[in-house]
Amino acid sequence: MVNIFFHKLKKPAQYLICIFVILAVSAICYSLSQFIGYRIVALILLVSVSLLAMFFDIFPVLVASLLSALVWDFFFIPQKFTFYIDNAEDGLMLFMYFIIALVNAVLTFKIRQIEKEANKKEEKDNMLKLYNTLLNSLSHELRTPIATIIGATDNLQTVGNKLSDEQKDILVEEISTASFRLNKQVENLLNMSRIESGYIKPRKDWCDVEELIYGVVNHIKENNITQTIEIDIAGNMPLVFIDFGLMHQVLYNIVNNAIIYTPADTVVQIKAAYSKKVNGHFNLPRNNVVRDSEIDLLVITISDNGNGFPENEIGKVFDKFYRLKNTETGGTGLGLSIAKGFVEAHNGVIDLENISAGGARFRIEIPTKTNYLNNLKNE
Amino acid sequence: MSNVEILVIDDEVQIRKLLEITLQSHDYKVVQAATGKEGLIIVANHPPDMVLLDLGLPDESGHSILKKLREWYSKPIIILSVQSSEEDIVMALDNGANDYLVKPFRTGELLARIRTVLRASTTEPENPVLIFNDLQIDLAARVVKKNDEPIKLTATEYSLLTLLAKNEGRVLTHHYLLKEIWGPSYINESQYLRVFVAQLRKKIEFDANKPRHLITESGVGYRFV
Repeated sequence: MVNIFFHKLKKPAQYLICIFVILAVSAICYSLSQFIGYRIVALILLVSVSLLAMFFDIFPVLVASLLSALVWDFFFIPQKFTFYIDNAEDGLMLFMYFIIALVNAVLTFKIRQIEKEANKKEEKDNMLKLYNTLLNSLSHELRTPIATIIGATDNLQTVGNKLSDEQKDILVEEISTASFRLNKQVENLLNMSRIESGYIKPRKDWCDVEELIYGVVNHIKENNITQTIEIDIAGNMPLVFIDFGLMHQVLYNIVNNAIIYTPADTVVQIKAAYSKKVNGHFNLPRNNVVRDSEIDLLVITISDNGNGFPENEIGKVFDKFYRLKNTETGGTGLGLSIAKGFVEAHNGVIDLENISAGGARFRIEIPTKTNYLNNLKNE
Repeated sequence: MSNVEILVIDDEVQIRKLLEITLQSHDYKVVQAATGKEGLIIVANHPPDMVLLDLGLPDESGHSILKKLREWYSKPIIILSVQSSEEDIVMALDNGANDYLVKPFRTGELLARIRTVLRASTTEPENPVLIFNDLQIDLAARVVKKNDEPIKLTATEYSLLTLLAKNEGRVLTHHYLLKEIWGPSYINESQYLRVFVAQLRKKIEFDANKPRHLITESGVGYRFV
């Protein structure tokens, strides 16, 4: 990890560090030159260059090896303070020194490149694996209802006259269920692609939070659920300026998710509140303080006392196509991603945490204008 | 066999076939057009009692066909649309469509809309008392009763209620309601509508959070049933 950090340094910084290290090591060696022989100094410098090669790009390291060879020659080989070398042994040593430093730099560089390629390949393999899982789950979700429809219509067409009315009714019912399932999946995919293309522009209008939340709950209750849903809306709730349709979808997806994945006697609680938050700057025209912009926050939490999410997967639940391990089929893993996309289209945030008492809590915050007209009993 | 003739303008042959079978089995006569131009010619030569118009036509947008039709054709037009784009729907309703359905739709829903729209266009609201299950609106006496108990409404609440009730089953857009009740300068002041709808629901509905009369059409408007 350290070498990744150093690699991120800009080139000039790398050159400076290399040069500095060589000069510093040389200075230390020079001050100790009465205790250590000049040939040992060559080894110390060589070790320094090798260490630099582990951390930096090839060219700064080459500069370091060249510099260290010159320094060694000039300051340490007898006939100090000249580049002159008077015996063949030292000349050979200097030559070998330079070759070893060079080979060191090049080899380390090559090893690092191979490592990088291996990482890239692994990353690519992981992506491919993920993509295949997604594609499998998606094609399963789309093909199952299609297979049902084709099979059932085939039966009705070819052996229709041999089937009892009851059997025919069952087949027609199957076709109907499959069509609605397919429609739901296609809708999800379309919503997801709208989010990804950045095409979503909320059509904001004044909304009654109570109407929004009760609308979602009434919609959910059409499915004959066994869980209890409790609603708690702050008193004096102002009108908020949001896209009713998108926020309906957000809340529906989250509450529906809670209903599908919690035990029958779970209590799901939806709370709505708002908080005042003053943004922007203040103007002082003629000593009157004018609030330039005032943004409130609509805060909706959806909590349940079910089993919560596995801690190691909780970070992934908003990922596209992500489905918790060991859950039954029947979803595309798009519901929560769509909820997140729609919330973000409102410049809002959504997060999820497990509650210590058990269960999970989704929290949505949407910045919005508010209007207190509904508190004025007029006309 | 009723004599009601319905023109279906849709480029998808599968949808036309489905609508033909559905409508014929409920005793409507069906005429088909695959393009907007063809539809305009049929309406000009032999005006049907109602038009089902697809918004996504290949030759000309359904919106422009709707506008051309509305220059002289006053009978009901129901819009069929694949995109559930609220903007499209609001635009069509503001351009004179009587109602809309988003594909895919249930045929039961389609037939109900057709019946509602036909009834509204053929019968004049002569009857001064409108009755919706537990709710009674006496237009002549300006009295509204819930379960035979008179309820007190403000003037604005009463106008809003009667406007919606006189258009039973039909979706009225936010803009239309604001313009009719508060005036043209209020068409973007939807906060008034929200507040009065909430107040009205508390008075006329059995459970204001589960409205059965004053129905929200998300992003489009309100429908009274």
